[in-house]
Amino acid sequence: MGYKFQMSDNLVTLRNVSFNRKDRIIFNNVELDIARGKITAVLGPSGTGKTTLLRLIGAQLKPDSGTVLFDNQNIHQLSRYDLYQLRRRIGMLFQSGALFTNLSAFENVAFPLREHTKLSENLIRDLVLLKLQAVGLRGARDLMASELSGGMSRRVALARGIALDPQLIMYDEPFTGQDPIAIGVLMKLIRTLNDALGMTSIVVSHDVQEVFAIADYVYVISNGKIIGQGSPTELQSSQAPAVVQFIKGLPDGVVPFHYPAADFKKDLLGETQR
Amino acid sequence: MIESIASLGRWGLDGLEGLGRATVFLLRTLIRRPRFIKSFPLLIREIYSVGVLSLLIILVSGLFIGMVLGLQGYHTLEKFSATQQLGQLIALSVVRELGPVVTALLFAGRAGSALTAEIGLMKATEQLTSMEMIGVDPLWRIISPRFWAGFISMPLLMLIFSAIAIYGGYLVGVSWLGVDGGSFWSNMQAGVNFHEDVLNGVIKSIVFGGVVTWIAVFQGYDCVPTAEGISRATTKSVVYASLAVLGLDFVLTTMMLGGW
Repeated sequence: MGYKFQMSDNLVTLRNVSFNRKDRIIFNNVELDIARGKITAVLGPSGTGKTTLLRLIGAQLKPDSGTVLFDNQNIHQLSRYDLYQLRRRIGMLFQSGALFTNLSAFENVAFPLREHTKLSENLIRDLVLLKLQAVGLRGARDLMASELSGGMSRRVALARGIALDPQLIMYDEPFTGQDPIAIGVLMKLIRTLNDALGMTSIVVSHDVQEVFAIADYVYVISNGKIIGQGSPTELQSSQAPAVVQFIKGLPDGVVPFHYPAADFKKDLLGETQR
Repeated sequence: MIESIASLGRWGLDGLEGLGRATVFLLRTLIRRPRFIKSFPLLIREIYSVGVLSLLIILVSGLFIGMVLGLQGYHTLEKFSATQQLGQLIALSVVRELGPVVTALLFAGRAGSALTAEIGLMKATEQLTSMEMIGVDPLWRIISPRFWAGFISMPLLMLIFSAIAIYGGYLVGVSWLGVDGGSFWSNMQAGVNFHEDVLNGVIKSIVFGGVVTWIAVFQGYDCVPTAEGISRATTKSVVYASLAVLGLDFVLTTMMLGGW
């Protein structure tokens, strides 16, 4: 399959995006395309700014330079009102789930519907039950957010994320800290929801095997740059040392095992400052 | 030397930057299209948790402060054989000063700290961010009802506090120490002016309500989203609010006594 997308095939396009936090460079001239209807994954070690990438796309952060286009609109040039309107077309699953703790599972899913639509209570009930059924938690509708397990919280959050039938859904580390069954459930949900609802998905993760199993296209980022991209099969045969180290989980390589430090011998002999 | 001047400057700049952020935050909370039908139930719920749940501490404190005032006032006035003025003394102290100030201080401790901690925790657990991503502005959904609830509750709590404090003074002065009930009430009525005393007290209370709640919600919204950050924000919220109330009380009293 060829992955040379036309402009209109991409729902999200990042061009020359740079972002710094204080003196640290998080992204340096990143170019990235998210194809419509596909699951695009962004892989990278912890602390490489994967969550920051999602926040740039959701316009919660503004890049220092470059543009982020969502459906051919520059998302960072929208007025506050227009931005909030546009965000209805984006769903996001946070790492923690980020459910509203004072509401039940049902009310959490109903929240976007109540805020953005004028649907009758009956219709809202039906829609919420449909979404909860899709994630397999219709029976847990009356549980409070604090009574749900980690995996269940994420599934309820996913139901909330798709409540308004968004065009794009972004998953922030969906597999972190989950047991194998929950991971399997989430992988199935990400794939089926994407295909059944005709959505576009972005999965940000460091779980290589899970991502390779569900993604159509994968970007690998490290040190603020994209160091590799392609379909999972293409990446698996990649020879680039940084990509090989990350995918195979090698402890030492382009990314060094040691945090930068002074010479070990000098350090032991007390020739350094501390 | 240069170091300390530089750090003083940095401290000043940080303070100004914080004030600027807080002002922008307040303006963005206040200036928006009103959505009465959706806002009203949220406001009522917040008035309940901010105002109604503060009633107990306000009632008990008011009663005791009134009783102590009655006791202290009686023993002082007795030296001048002026115990019949007790009603006026209690009413003026409470309505002009103690009512607005003590209510605001208690409010900052009871409701302000709770608001800061609640909003801070919502920020730490990404609830505010997820609300933004759902396309709902947390300034409208979370901050605005809490701010207005504090603004509305404070003067009402202050009036309740003042009434119960005067009753506490009455209990001690008239029922216990034997001051004549008629002169207690009639001197109070003659000595207290509605505009200069009661209304000015209410105005103070409205200002305190706005400032204390503003500080509380801003500290929560602006906190560092960690356990330590929330604890610091809660402390700051109570300390800043208390200092602001006492400082503003002096400014407002000066304005009011200056014939305003």
